[in-house]
Amino acid sequence: MHYVVPPDDFTRAGEASSAVKKTLKQIGMNPDVIRRVAIAMYEGEINMVIHAHGGEITVDVAPDRVDMVLADEGPGIADIERAMQAGYSTAPEEVRNLGFGAGMGLPNMKKYTDEMTVESTLGVGTTVRMSVFNHAG
Amino acid sequence: MNVQDIQRILRADLLCGEEHLGREVQTACGSDMMSDVLAYVKEQSVLLTGLVNPQVIRTAEMMDMVCIVFVRGKRPNEDMIELAKERSIVVMSTKFRMFTACGLLYEGGLKGGCKV
Repeated sequence: MHYVVPPDDFTRAGEASSAVKKTLKQIGMNPDVIRRVAIAMYEGEINMVIHAHGGEITVDVAPDRVDMVLADEGPGIADIERAMQAGYSTAPEEVRNLGFGAGMGLPNMKKYTDEMTVESTLGVGTTVRMSVFNHAG
Repeated sequence: MNVQDIQRILRADLLCGEEHLGREVQTACGSDMMSDVLAYVKEQSVLLTGLVNPQVIRTAEMMDMVCIVFVRGKRPNEDMIELAKERSIVVMSTKFRMFTACGLLYEGGLKGGCKV
């Protein structure tokens, strides 16, 4: 599955995650896997909209795992290690007023997935790869 | 407790989801920060918030929540209600402020669900 996350449209952020959640439900994926995928992807999608002017998400589903690749051409992350710390955020005040920007995005994504890697180059963009394993399947 | 009990205790106006009023709820979470809501996943079924934007509905959707209560008399717009309807999420609005709304529900038997 492939999704384009539109830039700077906070209202529509989450549409891709919602669509993936629906598809996983339809194919009867384990509910715990569905929720972990939905939350991790949703946080990633919100990040793309608030930090990177949108991007593209590819999701591959197998019976035993769900793999997500979130790629953007945004400003990049200067210090990935710090960005992974709970509570560290560079989000502007207006994002906090929308209920995000608490510095929980990347930590939450890490927490809900079994594997996660972040590659980022300043001025070029960021690619986040996440996998959730279906231990029950 | 079920969703109808929440409406009664909070003297809330029901904005959508009348057909789901009988659904059981065990735990609730009160926050204006959606990232914090997303950080504590343990079967939260009710979200109380003073934040009004479409991402509140999305957050509840991702967390499989049953009911959203807007506190301090806040009301979502039609688009948000439509989004909640599509996701079978009950939406209501109470005039109580956050602390009081949470307290009343806790007193009524609803728990936080997060261990300290």
